[in-house]
Amino acid sequence: MGAVADVTDATFADVVLKSDKPVMVDFWADWCGPCKQVSPIIEELAQAHGDKVRFVKMDTNTNPVTPANKYVLGLPTIQVYVGGELVKAFKGAKSKSVLLGAIEEYL
Amino acid sequence: MSSESVRDVIIVGSGPAGYTAAIYAARADLKPLVFESEIDAGGALMTTTEVENFPGFRDAIMGPELMDSMRAQAERFGAEMITEDVVEMDLTGEIKTVKDGYGNTFSARTVILAMGSGYRKLGLEGEDRLSGHGVSWCATCDGFFFRDKDIAVVGGGDSAVEEATFLTRFGKSVTIVHRRDELRASKIMAARALKNPKISFAWNSVVSAIHGDKTVSSITLRDTVTGAERELPVSGLFIAIGHDPRSELVKGQVNLDADGYVITDGRSTKTNLPGVFASGDLVDRTYRQAVTAAGTGCAAALDAERYLTALHHGDHSTVAADEALLSRAAS
Repeated sequence: MGAVADVTDATFADVVLKSDKPVMVDFWADWCGPCKQVSPIIEELAQAHGDKVRFVKMDTNTNPVTPANKYVLGLPTIQVYVGGELVKAFKGAKSKSVLLGAIEEYL
Repeated sequence: MSSESVRDVIIVGSGPAGYTAAIYAARADLKPLVFESEIDAGGALMTTTEVENFPGFRDAIMGPELMDSMRAQAERFGAEMITEDVVEMDLTGEIKTVKDGYGNTFSARTVILAMGSGYRKLGLEGEDRLSGHGVSWCATCDGFFFRDKDIAVVGGGDSAVEEATFLTRFGKSVTIVHRRDELRASKIMAARALKNPKISFAWNSVVSAIHGDKTVSSITLRDTVTGAERELPVSGLFIAIGHDPRSELVKGQVNLDADGYVITDGRSTKTNLPGVFASGDLVDRTYRQAVTAAGTGCAAALDAERYLTALHHGDHSTVAADEALLSRAAS
């Protein structure tokens, strides 16, 4: 178990949209090679900055509704939500410095 | 991290070339530092499915699994991995410096370039905007989202045909859009696609526009013979039209050919700069296989080791001789 909790279609609204902190969401699936590169980076960011930003991951294999609603048609996708609004999105594996840059203003 | 000592070897890139160079350099006790640079540590194989032609795996192996194994093998012998972008390199001096995405600088006597190649884009409006929203370069990553949808694959080579065949597991239909009237793919791959009932072909066609607001809704195809245009409704557009070497970072320092491939000296991996070696898809426009990339990665590590041995022995004559040879080759 790490610092990045699972979020599901059922909990997405409560955990992400109603969060009082900015939230970084990692959309992933076990068949996606580049996702395996991103997950440990999110884990590291969560260890370091989990007090300021909430980090969650969604298995798109078992949660089809949220990705469809949020137009996620590619993996990995990383999204940042603030106050229920989608403010940033990244498609494809990104380096730690890029992902850190995405949340820097909230730290 | 930024004020560490000068290393023997820095390897930039992490496909089969980078990891094999790391295995050899680490076993030679050169303690290589490997930048698993850019967006895709593990290189192109991370987005493939089964690799059926890498020698030694009689039952095929998954691309990511093969890369994990190479990485672990290099680490076992002391290679150090940094999963971070390289944003700048200064390769011209005897001590070369490499700067990462945080601005940390690392230095070494030799650098092995193994940045590989990147997916070629169509160059159309909407291509970047709709990336991750229907436009994709990775069927294994994204095919799942197109269950019972209409899909187009652009390209006529092995990777296009492989992606199209894979995508028939999910899609309602897969149209291969190819600018010629026959496939360039290998016979075995092409035959598989041609007899697949879910695959149809748009021959002599190019994609001239991508349409969609939030996600891809259709593409416009232009007939390369008649010039006629027609719209094809698709939810997914998978682009497999080839690769370009990722040599932008070393442009202006390392000699490149007209297409951006690094030029190496004869059968070696030496570039025009002493102590800088190049391997893998960054160099190879011809074979571009995991096993050939691994082969040149090995050669680069051996070339670097030989260069370092000459340096340590103060054998400047060897280095000078190599420099003279290279400057002649480059002129």
